[in-house]
Amino acid sequence: MTEMTPSVSGNSGTVNYLNHDKSIKSWLLTRDHKRIGIMYLVAISLAFLAGGIMAMLIRLELLSPGETIMGPDAYNQAFTIHGVLMIFAFIIPALPAILGNFVIPMQLGAKDVAFPRINLLSFYLYLGGAVITLSALLVGRIDGGWTFYAPYSVQVGDSILFVTMGVFVMGFSSILTGLNFIVTIHKMRAPGLTWNRLPLFVWSIYATAIVQVLATPVIAITVILLFLERLLGIGIFDPALGGDPVLFQHFFWFYSHPAVYVMILPAFGIISDLIGAFSRHRIVGYRFVALSSIAIAFLGFLVWGHHMFVSGQSALASTVFSLITYLIGIPTGVKIINWISTMYRGSVQLRTPMIYALIFLFTFSIGGFTGIMLGVLAVDVHLHDTYFIVAHFHYTMLGGNVIAALGGLHFWWPKMTGKMFNETLGRIAAGLIFIGFNLTFFPQFIAGSRGMPRRYFDYPSEFVGLNVLSTYGSWIMAAGFFLIAGYLLFSLFKGKKAPANPWGALTLEWTHTASIPEPHNFTVTPVVTRGAYDYHLVPEFYAGPSSGDGSSAGLATQEVAPETTHEK
Amino acid sequence: MGDQGSSWLPDAMSSVARDVDALFNFVLIVSTILFAAVIVSTIYFVIRYRRRSDQYVPERIKESKWLEAAWIILPTILTMIIFTWGFRVFITLSTPPPDSYQITVRAKQWFWEFEYSEGATSTSDLYVPVGKPIKLLMSSGDVIHSFFVPEFRIKHDVIPNRYTSVWFEATEVGEYRIYCTEYCGQQHSMMLGMVRVVTQEEFDDWLDEQSQDLPPVELGERLFTQYNCQVCHATDGSRLIGPPLNGLFGITREFDDGMTAVADDNYLRESIVNPGAKVVAGYPNAMVATYGSLSTKQIDALVAYLKSLE
Amino acid sequence: MASTSVASAGHPGHLQHHFVSEEQQFDASKMGMWLFLVTEILLFSGMFVAYTVFRIWYPEVFAHSAELLDWRLGGLNTVVLLASSFTVALGVHYAQLDNKKGLVINLILTIVFATIFIVVKYFEYTGKFAHGVFPGINFQPHGVGGGHIYAEYDIPFAAQFFSIYFVMTGIHGLHVLVGMGLFAWLITRALRGHFTSSYYTPVELTGLYWHLVDIIWIFLFPLLYLI
Ligand code: HEA
Ligand code: HEA
Ligand code: HEC
Ligand code: CUA
Ligand SMILES: [Cu+2]
Repeated sequence: MTEMTPSVSGNSGTVNYLNHDKSIKSWLLTRDHKRIGIMYLVAISLAFLAGGIMAMLIRLELLSPGETIMGPDAYNQAFTIHGVLMIFAFIIPALPAILGNFVIPMQLGAKDVAFPRINLLSFYLYLGGAVITLSALLVGRIDGGWTFYAPYSVQVGDSILFVTMGVFVMGFSSILTGLNFIVTIHKMRAPGLTWNRLPLFVWSIYATAIVQVLATPVIAITVILLFLERLLGIGIFDPALGGDPVLFQHFFWFYSHPAVYVMILPAFGIISDLIGAFSRHRIVGYRFVALSSIAIAFLGFLVWGHHMFVSGQSALASTVFSLITYLIGIPTGVKIINWISTMYRGSVQLRTPMIYALIFLFTFSIGGFTGIMLGVLAVDVHLHDTYFIVAHFHYTMLGGNVIAALGGLHFWWPKMTGKMFNETLGRIAAGLIFIGFNLTFFPQFIAGSRGMPRRYFDYPSEFVGLNVLSTYGSWIMAAGFFLIAGYLLFSLFKGKKAPANPWGALTLEWTHTASIPEPHNFTVTPVVTRGAYDYHLVPEFYAGPSSGDGSSAGLATQEVAPETTHEK
Repeated sequence: MGDQGSSWLPDAMSSVARDVDALFNFVLIVSTILFAAVIVSTIYFVIRYRRRSDQYVPERIKESKWLEAAWIILPTILTMIIFTWGFRVFITLSTPPPDSYQITVRAKQWFWEFEYSEGATSTSDLYVPVGKPIKLLMSSGDVIHSFFVPEFRIKHDVIPNRYTSVWFEATEVGEYRIYCTEYCGQQHSMMLGMVRVVTQEEFDDWLDEQSQDLPPVELGERLFTQYNCQVCHATDGSRLIGPPLNGLFGITREFDDGMTAVADDNYLRESIVNPGAKVVAGYPNAMVATYGSLSTKQIDALVAYLKSLE
Repeated sequence: MASTSVASAGHPGHLQHHFVSEEQQFDASKMGMWLFLVTEILLFSGMFVAYTVFRIWYPEVFAHSAELLDWRLGGLNTVVLLASSFTVALGVHYAQLDNKKGLVINLILTIVFATIFIVVKYFEYTGKFAHGVFPGINFQPHGVGGGHIYAEYDIPFAAQFFSIYFVMTGIHGLHVLVGMGLFAWLITRALRGHFTSSYYTPVELTGLYWHLVDIIWIFLFPLLYLI
């Protein structure tokens, strides 16, 4: 909307980050954080698709006991590939690398991240790592699950060499992304953008980046040691050579528990932004919500042992880990309660992204509460390594991260592509995913409580009913995902042109950049005078005929124009 | 599904199971209440404060430090209650009573072996007397496994080169499935077993019977199922993962390297203890080598049994 | 972290377009480097934990095995690395003074010291290999040398000590090699006059990296050779 503010050029006929140079080379060598974000979006969606197809095969096999569509070998590889792809190639990079890259510099009022070339490097490391991991399939079988517990993992074959190397390389990518964001958030904020005015998505990415930088090196050294264990038999983890398999588990979870907060913290940030924007209300307890991310990040380092309550660690250690595990529920609860309070006396609008935020509250709460149940020592003894765990982590990862990611993707889609998606289809797909998801994974809580172990190719007949439900659910959910992919792609060609600020949000990427931002985001560096959610300070922003998308002409210009004084 | 189990948990059949269930149900109920509060207030606010006018911008609401503090303190108290409770049950779970009857458990890809203090052994089936605390001293011969009996609410990893232990006291006579819950390779989901809880007299009889000698063919037949041979080998001529084993004795076998041999006693023995030595044409070399650790008596019995199959 | 120049109108050659000022760019690079060093420290911490755990389990074996490492060679390398840290610091100092010659000479000296370190390590490694002291399953000490009867070290868990020794010093050695590459690159740039008192970020950052490599060795040396 050209008339909105002098800093925002319209999206037709002008130069934007997509059309300023259309050659393939300009994409492959780009240092533009927005283009890198888009490339990540494509690559990571493919990884998600591949992992999803594996999941559908898993569910199909489990439709009935015994061999349904594949034998035990194929099944064991299927869930391993599913886990590895979903964790290392999809969910860990997904939010920081796609939405973080695209949105954070704009929310900060910066032209790019601090180290654009390292950003590009980290994309290629991601790609390389994913390819190396998958090439393991050509070498031989990979089974054992995404946790690769020694000594089994070092006995299966040489493909473990490729997987460890791939994970190492992807880990490097994750470290570099995190490092880039920490520096960017510290050093590149626009004038006036104090820590207390930051969008909560920025806060959450900041906390995420801390975890990425501090935890990932440990998985790096762990996989190096595992690699050498297979290659040379260095005897650190393999008991046959005098090593200790429980030590491997400590190393592994020291990273992999904090990693679950790499997955969920950015999701929290997105939910904050969504609830703020669609309630048009300042996030209640802003500071608590912001700082709870940091608290979660730090507490997350102290609970890894809750994955090992029955694996032979000392009872004292288990006790301490259990205690700290509960503490994590508290900052998380603070967030949830503040989100709900934000809707209280707000002005809530149910557009597709907001629907995802509500689904998130539902599914993630279930995931979180079941996490607390697992933290209870005596209860975990019964539930460990059963389908209860599988259900728990799909509720947190899919019901948390993926649902939030879908919300964020829909929210920022107009900014990325300049196109609106079809709202009706958006709601239908959200409904399909909500129903399909719960149908798939809720029965697994029951199956798990009743004793069905995970990673089971075959299962006793008493679990047939629950598994059939679960498989049917997975079809509904898959239909939802394909529908989304379909209408989003469709919108690229036939979608309505998006205004600069279709949701009437107040963060800089909406108020100060065009939909399809220009290559350097801002013509003039914005100066910030209020917090990211101070909707009550700019009521005039929403007056006028075409309001609601916040693009109501003149008044907005007056609000924003005086800020934009700092010339390039 | 038994009459005593809730829809969530299987029947409680050990002395500690009830304690665990009480805790489980408490946490489940508290969580359900909190969850309901989250969802009900969300839905209520979404409807009550839905956007009526695009122009309307709500006022900022007053924040209260006290309220924020309450969100922090109340859950903390709640979680501390749960923790203390969970801790106490956990201590019970991990301290076997001093008068426990000890059974040694050995896990191997992919079966369970049990050794009783009287020298008796059993595979896959764990015989225990009812109403007596049993302590299992467990170790693994290869990779990590995990011993799980849902009805008893017990589980513990079984690790190579180290002993771990777990205890239970069965409260009722019956049969309860043993699962392996740590991924241990191809047949992980078939690594099942059964706890057979019997009365003390039956248990003593069973122990006596074990020490008597069975005829080799009968012993072989028993071993054949105990060691899960039937998972891969049919005895009715049908093809499973491995070749059917009836009518094998005396015929000429062809191997994947083109060689042939007559299936005599030695060939049968070798096929069991060193299956990779001669791989039957048309079949993958998928048989595990762990059977090399069977005793001579057991192997003799298996061979005798295989010879007896028509 | 450093940035080669992307010239754009109105900016000094080395200021990248997305930064507002040189100061911002320098601060950002420096912070980035510090964070990177933190990840390096954590990477090595993982190995130190493995070392500590095994040392606590088998203290005698570890103390005994450490005798096979020659503390004189390790000590020499410590001195060499300390000297190289000093020359790097001098290099930075000369860069600040716009003294190109001083900078280049010190960078070259640093590479020389690093080379000595690597050569000494090479002789240590081959000396071990010659007696069958390999990391992993090939560990089979034999023969006599340096006053040691190697077969005496063929005891359980000695292999673990040497595995850890090779992994830790190996990864450290890789870092030294990377550092040498970086210094060579700095020299070519310095010769082309890229560094001035107002812009020497790459020298400073590589220096920081080198100090870390040095510090890690300061921990490795006593842990592996002395105690
Ligand atoms: C996004 C990923 C994610 C997230 C966010 C979480 C969050 C949590 N997880 Fe989960 N977890 C996984 C992913 C995740 N987990 C994975 C992948 C595994 C299995 C790995 C494998 O083995 O393959 C796992 C396994 C796992 C285990 C090990 C189980 C086992 O193997 O035996 C445990 C045990 O304690 C646990 C606990 C928790 C807890 C306490 C939280 C907490 O952070 C949850 C906090 C949230 C809430 C509590 C809800 C909101 C709070 C309120 C409304 C306030 C009121 C609350 C109270 C008073 C309690 N998780
Ligand atoms: C992010 C993590 C993630 C996600 C999203 C999923 C998604 C799914 N998972 Fe996964 N799962 C794991 C992580 C994840 N899983 C992990 C870590 C394990 C443990 C592995 C182990 O034991 O080691 C596991 C294990 C696991 C099991 C247990 C296997 C066993 O223990 O034997 C099962 C069984 O039902 C299952 C099912 C599913 C299903 C049906 C989905 C479905 O939701 C998938 C639906 C998705 C699609 C059908 C793809 C559609 C995509 C597109 C159309 C692309 C378009 C793109 C956009 C819209 C952006 N999973
Ligand atoms: C994991 C599956 C598996 C299990 C369990 C298994 N086997 Fe086998 N077995 C095979 C396969 C596959 C072959 C064919 C390839 C070969 O010869 O190694 C085979 C071959 C054999 C042969 C030679 C058959 C012939 O036709 O010449 C004998 C005898 C045999 N097994 C006996 C046993 C006995 C006895 C047990 C249990 C104690 C057992 N197997 C358990 C998979 C298995
Ligand atoms: Cu044994 Cu799984
Ligand atoms: Cu965890």
